Amino acid sequence: MPKHVAVIMDGNRRWAKQRGLSMELGYEAGLKSLRELLKSCCNLGIRVLTVFAFSADNWSRPKVEVDFLMSLFGRGTEDELKNFVREDIRVSVIGDSSKLPTNLKEQIIDAEEATKNNSRLHLIVAISYSGQYDIVQACHNIALKVKDGLLEPSDINQSLIEQELETNCTIFPYPDLLIRTSGELRVSNFLLWQLAYTELFFAKALWPDFGEAELLEALQSFQQRRRRYGGEGS
Amino acid sequence: MVLGIGWTINHIFSLFRRCIYVILSVGPIPNHIAFILDGNRRYAKKHKLREGAGHNIGFLSLTSMLQCCYELGVKHVTIYAFSIDNFKRRPEEIRYLMDLMQEKIEFLPKEENLVNRLGIRVQFFGNLKLLSEGARDSAQSAMSATATNSKAFLSICVAYTSTHEIVHAVEQVCKEKKQRKAWNEHVNLDDVERQMYLANIPEPDILVRTSGANRLSNFLLWQSAYAHLYSPSALWPEISFWHLIWMVLNYQRNYGYLEKQQQNMDHVNVFGRSNP
Repeated sequence: MPKHVAVIMDGNRRWAKQRGLSMELGYEAGLKSLRELLKSCCNLGIRVLTVFAFSADNWSRPKVEVDFLMSLFGRGTEDELKNFVREDIRVSVIGDSSKLPTNLKEQIIDAEEATKNNSRLHLIVAISYSGQYDIVQACHNIALKVKDGLLEPSDINQSLIEQELETNCTIFPYPDLLIRTSGELRVSNFLLWQLAYTELFFAKALWPDFGEAELLEALQSFQQRRRRYGGEGS
Repeated sequence: MVLGIGWTINHIFSLFRRCIYVILSVGPIPNHIAFILDGNRRYAKKHKLREGAGHNIGFLSLTSMLQCCYELGVKHVTIYAFSIDNFKRRPEEIRYLMDLMQEKIEFLPKEENLVNRLGIRVQFFGNLKLLSEGARDSAQSAMSATATNSKAFLSICVAYTSTHEIVHAVEQVCKEKKQRKAWNEHVNLDDVERQMYLANIPEPDILVRTSGANRLSNFLLWQSAYAHLYSPSALWPEISFWHLIWMVLNYQRNYGYLEKQQQNMDHVNVFGRSNP
């Protein structure tokens, strides 16, 4: 069983369009799908679940859509907080929070604080996140340490960068399995450094249609793969 | 007589390939395709050959695929020839691969039908200090010999991992800041990108990994943020012209979606990336 599963929840708008529904209903259905996935992961003993809720690139979408998503994230966080506490789920949000509405920022801080000691499953929600920017901000933090004389440029290694990436909030920062729904075959600037050895699984189902059966299919595929990490054993 | 027939069949197939290229060229042709050459050892095992034979046949597949790519109009091809992780393999295999690499690198600029005829500039990226002296010298020679070519580009990643490339870039950014005492400037995307080994190579449009494995294996992580991923089950020595056609058709099918994303992003200058 993978310890850390990452998901790109793609296909909400296409799902809505296919059914002649509004974009908002597509995203609501997506949120429902996420709730189900969270439950399944808890039951299966998965320790970390990272989901790509909103990319840094998504700020270019129509304002109506962005505003709706921001309010959906806020509502989702508040509605689920009791559940997180009850189910011993820890919540963290990664991404550039500077662009988020103030009330959402506060809701996130509250949720992170209320669940910080939970340990059954760690849910990491990537909002306004960019894999490339994650590396850039890690570089910036390291540069500050060099400025303060805490280290020399020649001391910089993989471990140092790992410690500065936003996934440093978990002891399992590298996903074992990445699932992307809706048939798109790309990682779209999600976790980049962290995906170095991750098994990729591309599901045809649109995100609101991704359920337990599809998750089991992805896990089965993962279990059949032989991970060599560049070494022997072909 | 037999030679005549062989030559004719070759010629017909060549014409046929060119017809396909013309048809494909109605749509967008990827500018850069990157390949992870996986499956040479499994191929040798499958056909009960000695292990090294898989790599040799893999090299033939490589020259064949390169020819198809460049004829189609793909300007940049990048290959993952040897990972830093591969140094974990048995010393005999590593020694064999270093010798094979040296032999093939020396062969490249001599090959009249490929590198010089097509005006390909060959470059090697990675921690070249980890290579055997012979392989390293051959690489330097090949780079010098083709430095003035500019019709197309072949980037060979050896002793490479993406995380090593990023560590190196971060180190360079910090060294530069320290030198210029430019601590007030926030590090931005361009700062990091400029220090990457492949800084002067455009991002791959398609990233291909053969042998059915669906993972990036620490190859071009930064550069593949938006690349279309193609994962045929064929082992590398089995890759063919038809795989190239299939991947380009899929790329063209997704192109509209990607172009729209790009247009949207150009309006939003995120994280200090300067718009072209």
